[in-house]
Amino acid sequence: MIVPKLTAGQSYGLVLLRILVGWHFLYEGIIKAYNPSWTSKSYLLSASILKSFFTWIAAPSRISVIDTLNIIGLIAVGISLLIGIKVRCGCIGGMLLLLLYYLAHPPFPSLPQGPTEGSYWIVNKNLIEMAALYVIYEFPLISVFGIENLFFKHKAKTNLI
Amino acid sequence: MANDNNFFRKWNRRDILKTLGGIPLFGAVWYSGASLAGDAKREKQFLLETLNIKASPPPASGPMSGKPVRLGIIGFGIRGEQLCRALGFATTAWIKEKQDLLVQNPKDTSLAEYKAQENLNIKLVAICDVFDTHAQKALDSFNRGDNKIKRFRTHTELINSGEVDAIVIATPDHWHAPMAIEALNAGVHVYVEKPMTHNISETYTLRETVHKNPKTIFAVGHQHRQTQSFLTAQDIIAKNILGHVSLVETNTNRNDDNGAWQYEIADTANPQTIDWDQFLGNAPKEAFNLEHFFRWRKWWAYGSGLSGDLMTHDFDRINCILKMGIPNSVTASGGIYTHHDGRNVPDVIQVNMEYPDFSTGSSQVAGKEKGMTFIYSATLGNQFDRGTVLMGHDGSMELGNRISVYADPGSTKYADLIKEGRIEAGVPIYQYDPAVNGTDAVTSATSKYFANKGLLWTYRDGKRVDSTFLHLREWLSCIRNGGTPSCSIKEGFEEAISAHMGGLSYKLGRRIDWDRSTERIIAKPGEDLDAVLLANK
Repeated sequence: MIVPKLTAGQSYGLVLLRILVGWHFLYEGIIKAYNPSWTSKSYLLSASILKSFFTWIAAPSRISVIDTLNIIGLIAVGISLLIGIKVRCGCIGGMLLLLLYYLAHPPFPSLPQGPTEGSYWIVNKNLIEMAALYVIYEFPLISVFGIENLFFKHKAKTNLI
Repeated sequence: MANDNNFFRKWNRRDILKTLGGIPLFGAVWYSGASLAGDAKREKQFLLETLNIKASPPPASGPMSGKPVRLGIIGFGIRGEQLCRALGFATTAWIKEKQDLLVQNPKDTSLAEYKAQENLNIKLVAICDVFDTHAQKALDSFNRGDNKIKRFRTHTELINSGEVDAIVIATPDHWHAPMAIEALNAGVHVYVEKPMTHNISETYTLRETVHKNPKTIFAVGHQHRQTQSFLTAQDIIAKNILGHVSLVETNTNRNDDNGAWQYEIADTANPQTIDWDQFLGNAPKEAFNLEHFFRWRKWWAYGSGLSGDLMTHDFDRINCILKMGIPNSVTASGGIYTHHDGRNVPDVIQVNMEYPDFSTGSSQVAGKEKGMTFIYSATLGNQFDRGTVLMGHDGSMELGNRISVYADPGSTKYADLIKEGRIEAGVPIYQYDPAVNGTDAVTSATSKYFANKGLLWTYRDGKRVDSTFLHLREWLSCIRNGGTPSCSIKEGFEEAISAHMGGLSYKLGRRIDWDRSTERIIAKPGEDLDAVLLANK
């Protein structure tokens, strides 16, 4: 793979982005994991498009598995990005989760927006975070905060990945 | 191993810090999330234990086994149809309508819920309705393999036919008491819609009749007594969570034709298909009038206005929680401000009921707090949902199918917890929602109004159940297994007298007092309160 040579500022910026997104995923996962009454059921059942799909995954027989998978997913993506291990896998997992969140309540014109802290039209924070994960996927810099360096130090030293 | 040592020798301190720098961040985020969630959980647990509110459902009514109860329905209009449906008898037209709706909206659960309803082991054997179309609808729908139904021209014939064990009365208000009294005297069990009576004198007669016939089971159709949230609310009051309640606010807010009693007039209605004299009964003589027949709630001669028709719901909702009974006095005012369509009952009303000696309990020094006002405020010209609130010194309770309890910033009971920051004003200290995560399809603005009050359905084991079904089941259980319905003559008497005091105050424009020792509404010398109440003005 040909990787462009980045300036130190560009590299640190990308690492910072990875850490912040990882931080966010991890914290969301932990808060849910430690709150036994949390469930994604109402979020899924109130989906504004693809209703039959979201109602299907929110069925009583499935919802606890879905909730557990969501928590595990959030935590796994968070760990991956924050400590820098299997970052590209983490990015793909994170993008998939965000895609599901986005599709359940997309900020499309004419669809009910529900309670949000801002104003959105097509683009919302889920989509922006998805884009951030795409950037990280393309530049998974682990020279800093990258535990994978323990195993791939030489490569890391030479091209900052 | 040698290779490993070689590998680590290439690392300097800076490399190690850079490589493992994410670990402490990871630890910090995890610890912070876990401790925050743990604190929140402990605080929640602490509050729940402190409040100790039991949100348990009422005990189920008894078995429906034995011989089928033979039922007669008198009045098969809007409410009559709903009651029959709750009894397991939906019209073919309703089933067709719901099947069509299901095609448009596969999520609509009304038909599935109806079909899943328990069989109450009854036969709907008799129908009496003065409008041929209504009666025929029942005959067409309920003459089926397992059930044979017969039409009776008058309620007297139906009651005395020897073919019914019990009747359900869903007629205009002015027929409630006369029919109930006749049935009870004939040994026929009675379920009567609200308001229990249309005037004051028949309220006493009905009470005497019920007492004289202890073996016949009498129930008033205030189905919300089956709503799970109201039982939870009773526990909240019993545990003095709110402290002394000085004000209760209830209301009606509707803004549609159906909600303003502008019901549809059937094409088939004419003097040949309607027994007009029987409809009038004891009401003042009036020429045949379709508007009066179909929209009877708009006239005092047949209906009871907002104070009898709708306030009774709210009065009984609160009375089943607080058991405050008949007020010492009532003042009411209002007018016809939205629907100048010939009606003579008000479409805006405010009723204030005073209970100067009543208390729900206190957290302050003994004797400091006493007395309560119950407010009913209604308009048929706006549907902004104001909710029902019970306002105590220590907390407020918002009441509907859901319950939210808020601590009051000036509370004595929670002062320390508020000071310590463990209770925040504006954040409920307790919430109860039996439908949490559920998706309920509510079909019209008026349905939503009733649903929010807990009048349409309640929940058992997380499943939505028609509260009218549970209320009728309770009555049938009392018929079969003994016992007294939760809304019987005592509760009905309190509801009826309080409503009549509201109607009188509105009409007379003055305070109406209740003499608790003689159990009479105080009239001025020579004043005929029933004549005032029933007058079509």
